[in-house]
Amino acid sequence: MAVTADLIREKLISELAAVHVEVEDTSPNRCAASFKVLIVSPQFEGKPLLQRHRLVNTCLANELKEIHAFEQKTLTPEQWEKQKQQ
Amino acid sequence: MNSVFGAAARSVRALTALSRLTQPGGGAACSRLLCSAEGQKSLEEMVKKDKVVVFMKGTPAQPMCGFSNAVVQILRMHGVDNYAAYNVLDDQDLRQGVKTFSNWPTIPQVFFNGEFVGGCDILLQMHQSGDLVEELEKLGIRSALLDAEKEQ
Repeated sequence: MAVTADLIREKLISELAAVHVEVEDTSPNRCAASFKVLIVSPQFEGKPLLQRHRLVNTCLANELKEIHAFEQKTLTPEQWEKQKQQ
Repeated sequence: MNSVFGAAARSVRALTALSRLTQPGGGAACSRLLCSAEGQKSLEEMVKKDKVVVFMKGTPAQPMCGFSNAVVQILRMHGVDNYAAYNVLDDQDLRQGVKTFSNWPTIPQVFFNGEFVGGCDILLQMHQSGDLVEELEKLGIRSALLDAEKEQ
């Protein structure tokens, strides 16, 4: 199955209990399938950046094999609220 | 006498093996090299040899990818020019080997003191949050941004 923004979004919501997900298909800007995601999940609480990204990488392990480039921003619900206010 | 010849033969063989490594598409023997236990060990040595190690697409002088370029730019901003940069486009075995080594799916990959830090996203966030200055300090590298602030 081809990797789509919807597929990524669904996986993040179901496996990482993400409360907010934004998936941008950045493929037009790059040479092949690429995505940029913002994930807000309470599971990121208390975890350093690297651990958060690894959590996402594990969740999307199969998809990452297919796509060319991947950018991610991981926030806890608290960080997300703060960012929205800025 | 025989032992001298034996040693010479061994070093010639070793040198040949090494040159095969650096040739593009160097044959079946090479493709197992970096993913094998020995290969992973040499990666371990590579990341420990220098304080800052980057696996990227292209070179610092000529990055071949936007994300790799971002890493180069960030390091440059902090005045870090003395780092080891390995071009994974030159070596498909390195490209796969480093992903296995750090258990990370993408390039670029940044290592500080032999420890995996992350990719472009993480480095950028560390730069924006001020964490990068701190981490560089732990390595004994003084970020150029600290001096830039002083001048203002």
